[in-house]
Amino acid sequence: MPRQAGRSLRRLESHAKVTGTVEYVHNLELPGMLHGKIFRSTVPHARLARVDVAAARTAPGVEQVITGQDVLSIIPDPYYGPAFHDQPILALEKVRFAGEPVAIVLAADPYAAQAALDLIEVEYEELPAVYNEVEAALKGAPLVHDKLRPGSMFADLIHVRPRSGSNVHVDYRVRRGDVEEAFRASERVFEDTFHTPAVAAAPLEPIVTVAEPGGSGPLTIHSATQNPSFVRGELARLLGWPENRVRVRTAFLGGGFGGKQYIKLEALAAASTLLAQRPVKISLTMDEQFVTITRHASTIRMKTGVSADGRILARECEIWWNGGAYADIGPRVTQKAGFTSAGPYDIENVSIDSYAVYTNLPPAGALRGFGVPQVNWAHETQGDRIARELGMDPLEFRLKNLLRNGRPQASGTILQDSGTEEVTKEVASAMRWAEPLDCGTGTTRRGRGVALAIKAGVTPTTSVAIVTLAGDGSCTVYAGTVDVGQGSQTVLAQIAAEGLALRAEEVRVIHPDTDATPYDMGSVGSRSTFHMGLAIQGATEQVSRQLIEMAAPVLGADAADLELYDGSVVARGRGDAEISFRELMATRFGKNTGTLVGSGSFTASYDTPDPDTGQSDDVAVFWMIGAVGAEVTVDTETGKVMVQRLVNVADVGKAINPLLVSTQLSGGALLQFGYAMSEEMRFEEGQLVNSGLAQYKIPTMLDMPKSVEVVLVEVPHRNGPLGAKGMGETGTLAVSAAIGNAVFDALGVQVKELPLTPERVLRAIRAGAGRPLED
Amino acid sequence: MEQLRIRFLLNGEEVEAGVAPVENLVQALRRCFHLYGGRESCGQGICGTCTVIVNGRAVSGCLYLAVLAEGTEVVTVEGLSAGGRLHPVQEAFISCSAFQCGFCTPGMILMSTQLLEENPDPTDQQIRHYLSGNLCRCGAYPEILQAVKTAAQALASQK
Repeated sequence: MPRQAGRSLRRLESHAKVTGTVEYVHNLELPGMLHGKIFRSTVPHARLARVDVAAARTAPGVEQVITGQDVLSIIPDPYYGPAFHDQPILALEKVRFAGEPVAIVLAADPYAAQAALDLIEVEYEELPAVYNEVEAALKGAPLVHDKLRPGSMFADLIHVRPRSGSNVHVDYRVRRGDVEEAFRASERVFEDTFHTPAVAAAPLEPIVTVAEPGGSGPLTIHSATQNPSFVRGELARLLGWPENRVRVRTAFLGGGFGGKQYIKLEALAAASTLLAQRPVKISLTMDEQFVTITRHASTIRMKTGVSADGRILARECEIWWNGGAYADIGPRVTQKAGFTSAGPYDIENVSIDSYAVYTNLPPAGALRGFGVPQVNWAHETQGDRIARELGMDPLEFRLKNLLRNGRPQASGTILQDSGTEEVTKEVASAMRWAEPLDCGTGTTRRGRGVALAIKAGVTPTTSVAIVTLAGDGSCTVYAGTVDVGQGSQTVLAQIAAEGLALRAEEVRVIHPDTDATPYDMGSVGSRSTFHMGLAIQGATEQVSRQLIEMAAPVLGADAADLELYDGSVVARGRGDAEISFRELMATRFGKNTGTLVGSGSFTASYDTPDPDTGQSDDVAVFWMIGAVGAEVTVDTETGKVMVQRLVNVADVGKAINPLLVSTQLSGGALLQFGYAMSEEMRFEEGQLVNSGLAQYKIPTMLDMPKSVEVVLVEVPHRNGPLGAKGMGETGTLAVSAAIGNAVFDALGVQVKELPLTPERVLRAIRAGAGRPLED
Repeated sequence: MEQLRIRFLLNGEEVEAGVAPVENLVQALRRCFHLYGGRESCGQGICGTCTVIVNGRAVSGCLYLAVLAEGTEVVTVEGLSAGGRLHPVQEAFISCSAFQCGFCTPGMILMSTQLLEENPDPTDQQIRHYLSGNLCRCGAYPEILQAVKTAAQALASQK
């Protein structure tokens, strides 16, 4: 029987996915179900003078119309959110962005609900608004929130200190060494400002929730969420109920990428179903997703001092995160991306200020990388400028400054079990870096670039798992991990199978259902294989121990001599002495009856950073380390960039499923490829002008790089399940900067703002040639 | 809402349904026949997730009014594996792991099937071009490209 860890097993649900029969919440219909359609604010900042839903209430087919005032009758304090409790279920008194939900119409026929939206009349008293993150952080900017409402749910956010009287609601900082002194001692000091725009997760299964009132049972929420346990806790808090009266379940998700994190439609669906006392489905359109959650636009000022021989002596990072009108998980983005914003480098003097800023735009949250793709764009782009101006090879510059195991990261936590050297070596080899590149002539220029990435796994978080063995010996895993498409059901089955010496195909991993699956922090931040994997290992060890204890008297052997093999307990060195799990269960419980239960949990250790300096001895459960290489051609007459090769190198610790790991890495790279090349949400006076896939272009198969390559590096993690570490984001972090650096190599001019559209590149070419294009 | 009766051939079977004038084909297939392989995502005919075959041509089911299906022959992904045997394109999508979340997969498979009917031995560039109206946000494009080529070989060896 082959080892289960290390098998390139295809997704266990493959058949259902190719026949279209796989279960998504998107498909769910319940008897008597109503459809909810949302009336959204048309202005970015205003007092609600009047919300008149009388005509909509009497429209044909409409069962109910709910406003913020109606929600108050069942939820007196209806503000939700993972970091701050700042987002009202439906707007109360004020609207803070164009697109904010103001009312919801419920009807059995979704077309009737949609039609009735036109009958709602809202009178707005418009207020001054602010959209740019740097302007919003200034004194005197219009305030988006008069009052801050910090939350309390996550341990890694307890040290973030909310600020009042400003749109800056989190002010996170790292202080290490003395940057001012080191800048004075530097041979050269480089200072640049970088920008990234708001972009959309745009999973193809739009955000969807179905809620059932429950009657004497629990309030039941079927939701395409990445965080079922969090949703349960948050709804219980809002309702003032114990958690066991709320049930949250998911199916497979049609993508998420962070867009389905924490709480999205669930509170509105819960309020609607409780008021209507009927099942309610809210299924967003693609356009609505765009105003529901975005990735933070950012402005990043980076100042770096280097010695004459290219050592980075000091780095100062100041980052403004455009959080939109509600914090969502922005505070974690601010902290997570903040503390690695100086990059995977060994720098004695670091100063980081990372500000979460409210603006009158749609809320921003985590999107594959918790802000690290944005800060990576800054430090890796500036890195190539420094190398070029010092006359150094960009890879040599990186190697010279590389953070190596045993050395402190900017937070003070010592790097360990991380393949920074290995990924750098591998990307150099894959890119044939030592060989010269033909840079092209005339109007087609060629270039190549590399970029390195570091990200901390979200810390500290908890996963709990239950593993059972039925009377027939078959194994079921109860895990709250959501299969967003990454293949967690398959990988978790492999980990359980490895622990119980079964084949992964024989193990069933159930979808999260908080009535059955124990707590899990969520399918976010590349944490599932590591955390849930360890929890499952703990649970299978308990089951394994019980099996061996049961088998010892039956086989007449010492427990110490027994092991599990292919669905049986066998006595080592005594080939004939074995008993199958099924037979063993029968000896204990009787034929085909009984259940063995094991449980396990894992909570990462953590040393809360000092709020003034960000210093901590233990800030990351593991580090994600990656390197990307890109080769491009640029048409100098049009500015069009074609990516010819995209090489993604990632330290995955141990690839429990090399196939799924590789495809997740290349998939993450292609998602980021869109953000690098074309994707940009454009706002005019707070109004999104390119919502939906007709105007906001995501990559097609025609756009993708000619060659997409993945290289796995395995530097085992001492605590990881079988040595594995998280990697769901690793492939995505450095893609934009690697492509940008290749463009820089091809043209000799740098673009400091994403995405690398032909227009932006052409402007840089023309500006570099002293013939700037007119605005 | 006003219902119109339509009759058409669905995955080889004669069927009848009452549909609303505003209803699109994907919604009607879900509501009346519990076929969930066609999925509305962008709602603008851009993403290809709603692809179904009408009279032998792939259409965006989200932009195709259900009433227009009257008298037509409709094939969905569920009809591709009729009799319980997977179509070679479906088999290739599994063997090449050509999906992650699976939401775009039925549309991708139907479009790839149509491509291989028209052009049994497409080049990479022809595949990329033909499938550029089917979006995959998980980024499984390299594997999808491989799956189409694998399916082309499998279909060629069947002949």
